[in-house]
Amino acid sequence: MNTTWLAILGTAAGCYGLKLLGLSVPSGLLDRPVVRRFAALAPVALLAALTALQTFGQGAHGLAVDARAAGLAAAGVAVWRRAPFLVVVVVAVLVTALVRAVA
Amino acid sequence: MSRMTALSDPPAPATAPPAAPLPAAGARSDRAVIRDSLGVGVAVGVSGIAFGIAGTTAHLTVWQTCALSLLVFTGASQFALIGALAAGAAPFAAVIGALFLGVRNAFYGLRLGERLELPRWLRPVAAQTVIDETAAVALVQPDRRSTRLGFFVTGASLYLIWNATTLAGALGADALGDPSRYGLDVAGPAVFLALLAPRLREGGAERATALLGAVLALASVPLVPAGVPVLIALAAVPAVLLLGSRRDRERARTTAGPQKDLPKDLPKEGGR
Repeated sequence: MNTTWLAILGTAAGCYGLKLLGLSVPSGLLDRPVVRRFAALAPVALLAALTALQTFGQGAHGLAVDARAAGLAAAGVAVWRRAPFLVVVVVAVLVTALVRAVA
Repeated sequence: MSRMTALSDPPAPATAPPAAPLPAAGARSDRAVIRDSLGVGVAVGVSGIAFGIAGTTAHLTVWQTCALSLLVFTGASQFALIGALAAGAAPFAAVIGALFLGVRNAFYGLRLGERLELPRWLRPVAAQTVIDETAAVALVQPDRRSTRLGFFVTGASLYLIWNATTLAGALGADALGDPSRYGLDVAGPAVFLALLAPRLREGGAERATALLGAVLALASVPLVPAGVPVLIALAAVPAVLLLGSRRDRERARTTAGPQKDLPKDLPKEGGR
């Protein structure tokens, strides 16, 4: 079994455990204002970081502004116009492909 | 899957939903709940195709991509894991990042547990579908019956469609060859942006957290191993919370100070 499978199974076990934990523990145990506030903001920080990293990241330690940035800017416009989820993704993919084809 | 539908099946045909909804009635017709649930299940489920494509783009096998949708079944964590692996992150760092994104499901579970009141034996089955979409549909229902119906119909339809379209996307992208040639490598970040957008509309704390998180992550890319910048971005959360509480304290002090602002401000703030 290679490391990719280990990561997949580890994520699966952890994510399932988190879902079951919430469903099983008596509320009040996790439900403190500070914990809830952190849990509400943590995905925001992570999603913003992931968006930035996968748009500008190049290899393990590099950053680059390339066709992906154009695609993401287009996705940003689609999001701003409240386009459906899949439309946002398709717009980003098409604009990125277009910029690569022209460049 | 069959056990889950078994719970929602028997009550469903029992009562015919009224043709016109009664304005004062607390209970919603089963048909309305099912329609809403299937709407969400289908609309979000087809996005599995984006994940299937992203999996292939990240050099996972079709099997690995499908295993993620079957076993992890929470989109943001799935995308985060494959993104980190593709960037060359150590598996451990990649898993930790994905798990942090999954923490919110525990909080959905808390809310859902109170409302669903499931028998103990059913919880391990139901747990797999405790995600954004099922929580969004189930928690707005007025009573336990429609909460259960919304939860199980949304969960079952989303699980089936998400996994079917993941397979289709992975196989399709596999047949295309190098997916980055077609711009498919931005599917991941576009998904993250789409997930992030509704949170950014919530308020200043969310926007500040997002901005600080992105800056921290990018700034740390040259300095730390791949996969770690995402975790560093988490530092934005306590930073924003601390700044926010300090500002709240200062505001409380200044509104207590100048007397002429009091009549205008107080009723507004008290109303919230």
